[in-house]
Amino acid sequence: MPAAVHTPVPDPPAPRPAVGVACRAIVKEFGSGETRTRVLHGIDVDIGCGALTLLIGPSGCGKTTLISIIAGLLDPTAGDVTLFGTPQSQLRGNRRVDFRARNVGFVFQQYNLLPSLTAAENVAVPLLVARRPRKRAIEQAAGVLDAVGLGSRLKAFPNQLSGGQQQRVAIARALVHEPRLLVCDEPTAALDSQSGQTVMELLKSVAVHPDRTVIVVTHDSRVLQFGDRLLEMADGRIVLDTVPSSHL
Amino acid sequence: MNWVAWKMLNGDIAKYLGTVFGVAFGVLLITQQASIFVGLMSRTANPLRDVREASVWVTDRHQQNADEIEPISDGAVHRIRGVEGMDWAVRLYKGVARARRPDGIFRQVILLGVDDHSFVGAPRTILLGDLADLRRPSAVFIDKAGHESLWPGEPLQLGREIEMNERRAVIVGICETSAPFQSFPVVVATYSQATQFIARERKQLSFVVGAPVAGVTPTEACRRIKAATGFEALTYDQFVWQTINYYMANTGIPVNFGITIVLGFIVGAAIAGQTFYLFTLENLRHFGALKAMGVNNRRLIGMVLLQAAIIGAVGYSLGVGMAVAFFEISGRALPDLRGISIPWQVALGTAGVVVAIITFASLMSLRRVLLLEPAVVFRG
Repeated sequence: MPAAVHTPVPDPPAPRPAVGVACRAIVKEFGSGETRTRVLHGIDVDIGCGALTLLIGPSGCGKTTLISIIAGLLDPTAGDVTLFGTPQSQLRGNRRVDFRARNVGFVFQQYNLLPSLTAAENVAVPLLVARRPRKRAIEQAAGVLDAVGLGSRLKAFPNQLSGGQQQRVAIARALVHEPRLLVCDEPTAALDSQSGQTVMELLKSVAVHPDRTVIVVTHDSRVLQFGDRLLEMADGRIVLDTVPSSHL
Repeated sequence: MNWVAWKMLNGDIAKYLGTVFGVAFGVLLITQQASIFVGLMSRTANPLRDVREASVWVTDRHQQNADEIEPISDGAVHRIRGVEGMDWAVRLYKGVARARRPDGIFRQVILLGVDDHSFVGAPRTILLGDLADLRRPSAVFIDKAGHESLWPGEPLQLGREIEMNERRAVIVGICETSAPFQSFPVVVATYSQATQFIARERKQLSFVVGAPVAGVTPTEACRRIKAATGFEALTYDQFVWQTINYYMANTGIPVNFGITIVLGFIVGAAIAGQTFYLFTLENLRHFGALKAMGVNNRRLIGMVLLQAAIIGAVGYSLGVGMAVAFFEISGRALPDLRGISIPWQVALGTAGVVVAIITFASLMSLRRVLLLEPAVVFRG
């Protein structure tokens, strides 16, 4: 059997589409037989570039499953996700992993910073994943940390930073390789209101990039004001698609 | 990503050291016990090793090892010398005697009687005295450990007297010998003198030792001796292994040490395996994040294997280092352990065991990492 040839996935062709994320009839089921549970019931949604989209809904409504599928971390049971013109169903194995590494950035609720790395080193991780030389990666990471207001804490370890600062480090890490899709899971859930506001302002500022799509999953009503679009989910369906101001 | 793997590993220094020392103590246990076992087994053949100039050993036909001796007649040496292809052959006595100090304190000793003229079999490392003094009447050498055993805490001294078989013996030299299996003092005399220190028997000769002329192999010489005389004739290597194998087969030593070595393996595998596995479990969230960020399974495998290799290498080095220190210190402080060191085969074998332990631990950990869904990072 010939060895699998691993060819890099080409960057999406120009002109780039205004729709960053296109979900078509997304169904997701977990389990099998009698325990089979349908979590997403045919989600159809387009999410555009240059805007911050909020995804809200009660626990268990399928938000996390949907963003996992959008980010390429989970396969849908049926349907397809197209990211910046590339259908994810066409990508398999390492090709999908490479695509994700280059085009998707993540901000997690619990930050997920490596405790033994400094702030700059943590931010450099996506560049190391892309096989950049370590010294250059850390230099580039320092620049991004400076841009999020943490230029003075480059050598601080996560346990020496406040929650808000750690989340800003996590955002810097998500942005350092200039991904076109930024997926944020409850980025303010563990923060006080002041820190949460700072973080959301930061996300809002990166979302204005005309080539970037930012999706924020949240339970936090304080952040609704920062969204350009609001998607509300219930029982595995999108039940409301509106602008946040109408929701406030 | 190797650098990230290294930083993840030593980020929590307490856990890192806990894992490393788990391997190190397993290695220490295995190396130490295996080395003592090999050392003890090797000691059974030490009487032969101190007579390295002899490549041919002739004994009674039914002899099974170098310690339980059926004497042969003194005239045997002449018959052996007459075998074609033998260059030289001399008598060697080895037996057990009772050495009594003038104040009545006594010890069982190993008595060696070396050839009166050639001194074949005489000790090579002389600490005090001159080997030629062995020819003086009643003269004996005693090994250093034996002197310390008979006169504990007293400085080495020539001229002391002991009594063996109601005959006076004067210590004219103190020497080093390879440690015997029984931990008895070693007393060396000439053959004719040694036979005076034991109860008289009709046959007294323990071994005839010799070497063939150039061009005749020891194996061939042994074959000719057997054919010509009916005695058992063994090459040096054959006699060494016959003796070692006898002790292996007829004592509980291999079983006892084997159990300890297996326990060392289990303890090492359990501690190192469990600690490394727990380390991976604790980092599962971070591995998940790395997976989400685009680190593929091959690179994750590389990271886990690198971490395991570092733990294995550092733990092995520490464990062997501790074992070396143990033998260095105990060899000086405990005469019973003198001469026992770590054979390279034991060091290599232990390295193989560490590879097995680390492979086991890695496989357990890798299973969790590879089955990890990157989406787990969104589940808190």
